[in-house]
Amino acid sequence: MSERPAKIRIRNLRKSFGRKVVLDGLDLDMGIGESLVVIGGSGTGKSVLLKCVLGLLRPDAGSISIDGVEVVGASSAARDAINRKFGMLFQGGALFDSLPVWENVAFGLLATGRLRRREARAAAMAKLAQVGLGSDVAGLHPAELSGGMQKRVALARAIAADPEIIFFDEPTTGLDPIMADVINDLIVAITRDAGVSALSITHDMASARKIANRIAMLYQGKIIWAGPVADIDSSGDERVDQFIHGRADGPIKMAIRA
Amino acid sequence: MRPFQLVGHVVLELLATVGRVVLFAGAGLGHCVRPPFYFRSLGRQLIEIGYYSLPVVGLTAIFTGMVLALQSYTGFSRFSAEGAVANVVVVSITRELGPVLAGLMVAGRIGASMAAEIGTMRVTEQIDALTTLSTNPMKLMVAPRLVAGLTMLPLLVIVADIIGVFGGYLVAVYKLGFNPANYLQGTFDALQAEDVVSGLVKASVFGLIVSLMGCYHGYTSRGGAQGVGAATTNAVVSSAILILCFDYILTELFFSR
Repeated sequence: MSERPAKIRIRNLRKSFGRKVVLDGLDLDMGIGESLVVIGGSGTGKSVLLKCVLGLLRPDAGSISIDGVEVVGASSAARDAINRKFGMLFQGGALFDSLPVWENVAFGLLATGRLRRREARAAAMAKLAQVGLGSDVAGLHPAELSGGMQKRVALARAIAADPEIIFFDEPTTGLDPIMADVINDLIVAITRDAGVSALSITHDMASARKIANRIAMLYQGKIIWAGPVADIDSSGDERVDQFIHGRADGPIKMAIRA
Repeated sequence: MRPFQLVGHVVLELLATVGRVVLFAGAGLGHCVRPPFYFRSLGRQLIEIGYYSLPVVGLTAIFTGMVLALQSYTGFSRFSAEGAVANVVVVSITRELGPVLAGLMVAGRIGASMAAEIGTMRVTEQIDALTTLSTNPMKLMVAPRLVAGLTMLPLLVIVADIIGVFGGYLVAVYKLGFNPANYLQGTFDALQAEDVVSGLVKASVFGLIVSLMGCYHGYTSRGGAQGVGAATTNAVVSSAILILCFDYILTELFFSR
């Protein structure tokens, strides 16, 4: 893996909120075309990590480079250029409830002024078809859709601008096991087949095993283990074992009070 | 906590908040003059603030004008100064009550809805989603609202001035038995451009305050439904207080010499 050029390279990333240290010198590499899943318990800073990479949060210290370009402290114009390489699937979908489904999907295309409305609508239809939704939902508003369908629309929006890197924030949370598997299949189809790099965060091990080629575990602000998905059961790390088998007893003590 | 610590903490927190609001306002106003512009979003806000606030502002104005005529008549009759009613109504409405009451009503109507809408978008990550879709949320959400508040409230106040004076006329003529021609003559004699213009400048400032507080509290809200509720309350309360505070400051600037 190490000889492949890194798509995302994170070094010594630190972020605190007040006195609470969330990321404590985190290092992580993600190769081109790789699907990396970061696992970890609730409140361990997975979302913070993602938001730092996306530029939604400013890290206190450290370096994040994307395709060899440093993004921490980048100008807003440089930031915009980098963000165009990204697609993001938010945990709750984060669909714009004032807009119909197709405008949600086409939002990024219209925002950059790349396409006219009619062309953008056609492009949105194609992406909706790719996630298994017909043209009948295009005119509906997000509130009229079920949770699983909202997630698919959000997925279509994340891939609408043909990003080089897609971020998935808990893609299966809140879905029934079957719908979760449908979403997993879609993610695999989009990332593996289209050669897009993907960085996901989840605590759903079934999902992680399915969509990852590499898994990294985040604990106490650091990556404590990273390796190919096949090696996760023989990591030799008690904390990883405890997490993937979901045991209450072990070296990881859940903080009852935050 | 010790009393001195408490005082220091409160003062520091207040100053920090003022600083954050000023930075937010600077960023928002900066986006008002730098492209790209979102005209569709601006149009929606202009209609929302300028057109849909008309009934509320109009009703407030007409009753204010009516009460003003009635109160000043009963008050002034003690000094046999009933003739000053037209004068008092038009000066009070244009200088003071038109802009302040319109500002307060719009704060309740628009400030609250801005905070609730932007706050909900914040806690459901829609604001973050905008950023990932190559759209600056300050430009799309905040700048059009600031422009709409700044420009629409003076227009509303012109309408409120007219309706308010008309309310005073109704009561004076049909209830208190003033001669219509004399009352109108008194109104026009008392009407000064300076009064109206100072009222409209106030209205602009109040409009900006309402939009700014609505956007700021919405944009910085966190923590789900409760956070959005708190943001809405804070937006309305802080705009109302700031309107009254800036009303004094502006009056001092315009008229104290």
